[in-house]
Amino acid sequence: MSETETAQPMELLTFKLGEQEYSLDIMSVREIRSWTRATPMPLAPSYMRGVINLRGTVLPVMDLAERLGLPKCAHSDRNVIIVVKHDGYMTGLLVDAVSDIVALNQEDLQQPPETAMQDGPSVIKSLTLIEDRMIRVLELSQIVIQAESDAA
Amino acid sequence: MSNPDPMAEIRASFFVECEELLEALQDGLQTLESGSHDDETIHIVFRAVHSIKGGAGAFGLDDLVQFSHHYETVLDQVRDGRLAVTPNLLRLFFRAADQLSDIVRACRDDAEAPTDTGDAILAELDAHLDDKVEEDVDEEISFTPTPLSLDLDADIEEPSSAGTTYTISFTPEPELYETGNDVPHIFGALAELGALDVTCDTSRLPELKQLAPEANYFSWSLHLTTDVDHAEVASVFEFVEGLCDLEISCDRDALPRAAAQPTLRETSEEATTNGSSGTNDQTTKSSAQKTVVRVDIDRIERLVNLVGELVINQAMLAQSLQSAGLSPHSDAMNGLDEFQRLTRDIQDSVMMIRAQPVKSLFQRMSRIVRETSASVGKDVRLIADGETTEVDKTVIERLADPLTHMIRNAVDHGLEETQTRLANGKPAQGQVRLSAAHRSGRVVIEVSDDGGGIDHDKVLQIAVDKGLVPSDSGLSDAEIDNLLFLPGFSTASNVSDLSGRGVGMDVVRTAIQSLGGRITTSSEPGRGTTFSISLPLTLAVLDGMVVEVSGETLVLPLNVVSETLTLSDTTVECLQPGHSVVRVRDGFVPLFDLGAALGYRPPCDTYVDRVALLLALEDDTRVALVVDEIQDQRQVVIKGLDDSYYRAPGIAAATILGDGQIALILDPSDIVAHAPKQRARAITPQSLEA
Repeated sequence: MSETETAQPMELLTFKLGEQEYSLDIMSVREIRSWTRATPMPLAPSYMRGVINLRGTVLPVMDLAERLGLPKCAHSDRNVIIVVKHDGYMTGLLVDAVSDIVALNQEDLQQPPETAMQDGPSVIKSLTLIEDRMIRVLELSQIVIQAESDAA
Repeated sequence: MSNPDPMAEIRASFFVECEELLEALQDGLQTLESGSHDDETIHIVFRAVHSIKGGAGAFGLDDLVQFSHHYETVLDQVRDGRLAVTPNLLRLFFRAADQLSDIVRACRDDAEAPTDTGDAILAELDAHLDDKVEEDVDEEISFTPTPLSLDLDADIEEPSSAGTTYTISFTPEPELYETGNDVPHIFGALAELGALDVTCDTSRLPELKQLAPEANYFSWSLHLTTDVDHAEVASVFEFVEGLCDLEISCDRDALPRAAAQPTLRETSEEATTNGSSGTNDQTTKSSAQKTVVRVDIDRIERLVNLVGELVINQAMLAQSLQSAGLSPHSDAMNGLDEFQRLTRDIQDSVMMIRAQPVKSLFQRMSRIVRETSASVGKDVRLIADGETTEVDKTVIERLADPLTHMIRNAVDHGLEETQTRLANGKPAQGQVRLSAAHRSGRVVIEVSDDGGGIDHDKVLQIAVDKGLVPSDSGLSDAEIDNLLFLPGFSTASNVSDLSGRGVGMDVVRTAIQSLGGRITTSSEPGRGTTFSISLPLTLAVLDGMVVEVSGETLVLPLNVVSETLTLSDTTVECLQPGHSVVRVRDGFVPLFDLGAALGYRPPCDTYVDRVALLLALEDDTRVALVVDEIQDQRQVVIKGLDDSYYRAPGIAAATILGDGQIALILDPSDIVAHAPKQRARAITPQSLEA
């Protein structure tokens, strides 16, 4: 967890997975695309939805809900793909719907309680409250890198 | 994009030139090694070193000047015949060439060159000098010539006596002036070719009253004495062709000759056949020395990408025209065919720009052989075949490391110790053969040695000891050979300096696979081992067979598809549940259900009436892949999956279809190799969902 940039304001992109609200640091988000059919990859982990054509490059897309162990993304028109870049690799994250962009300070973020982190890797970096709703801030590296070692 | 340092650019081009000179040097030395000691080769070698020295002097690269000077001085003695070319001397020359290229690279990267080896070589070189030469060494260093050829005027001042005199009569049409051409410029260009004598004929000039300002009244007659050929003189007028009345005739130099009669005849002959002989001259010249344009690789890269987009676009257009229900004989469809052909031509040409002969790579390998053999104390000769085989530049760059490793392996492990060789009745000198050839749309590079071959018992024993295979596996010899590629395998019983750095053949295989290639090995006990790498020609485009499997569009490389089959009751035989074969003429070929192998769907119950593609894989095995439908046969642009972290077995790359969807490009050998495992996994519920 980066404690170094304490005072810096940051912006989060919030989105919905089922009934829960999640968010990502907006600096890692490249673009948001509407859902297009993905070409399935053979023998991939089930959360890998496949690959799509992102203006001529091949972009792997994963179902974020399933990746986090939630029920699969229910298909609807509001489904979108959030294209993120981590460590030079582009990945598409399929989410139910994008909600908002919120600006907040680092001190508004809270560490998730220890108990919540006991099973599985810490995909949730921190928690925050916005208008009385709890929003989970995702640790992108855990989501993407974990997928890499699964695939290997 | 302004370059802050113009010198840096010139410097960069000097180093590019150095690479070429070093290549020429290697070539020359190899020619010398092969036994032909003609003067021209020695000249080439000398010139290469000399030019490097000259350029280095201009850039103040003292190390380089110093070393190349010593090298050059010894070569100069060889040139003068004061020193005979012996195998020992040649070996020294090779080492010096290696050192020279090290220094060049060190200078380029502003790094330190390894001085200890350099000093040793310098000392050895100096040992070949006789005292007289030694003396003027210092003097020459302090006066290093900088060969900047600025002798444009030189030709004019001293017209070569052996030159040809051309008589040119030149009358411009008014259009010449209208198109912005100017006569003095043309004459200026001619003057650069040799001594020019210009006479202007003003006789047609009317009185001022009658003078039309835009008409031309002048004509010129020129005499040019030069040693360039007719075509080159004519090329000066290239831009004004058709805009003037031009006649170029030439006569051999006017020097009086003993027999006047034959000279005259020769002249007239020359005049009539001059056009054709001129071109002939030029072609012979160009084959000896190709004209080369240096282009920034980024620009080519951009062009390749654009052409890739063009191909995708053309596929989209074809698809939309087809869905519009146009007749295949309509003008639009005919036009599309033409378009398709042109696109393909463009693509081929662009790929040819990227293609480079493997020669530079092979030369690097000959150095590896020299160094490795010296350090393990074996006498090894590298024989290179097919150096002119052209391969995509990226492939060449990425082949260097795996090939280096393989060559080292061949020298270190492949070849026996000299005593063992002699005891087995082999020549003391070991042979490593490196060859490249185009074979059925791929490039095959082979590294073979004439050593003892792979010791199957030993390999199996090591694999069993390391727990890589069970002791009762009963592997065939070919399977044992392939154990070498397993991670964590190394046969060297004692870790030597060269191999055994924890980098095994598995790394080589991974590197080759990442290039879309495959590596196989075969060995004959007592006769040697051969590793062969098969690579795609280009990493950008592929001729593909587009098929459909359970609703997914997939692409198979066309070059492995040898025929298509429709399966029927009479041809398909079930060997055991899950294993069927199809009878193709007299042979039986195993059937693979592609949909099941990829985990798209459970294996189908019956193969009857299904379509199968008969594939001939590189290792000469044949398999039949059962697909749902064959769609098309077309060129697809390869989009690598490198940018994403996920690599699926059996998938080589992806491409974008006309409708913007992505289709996966299959690697048939990989699918077949993974098939048993996949079959087992295909029935897990998770993969069925996909």
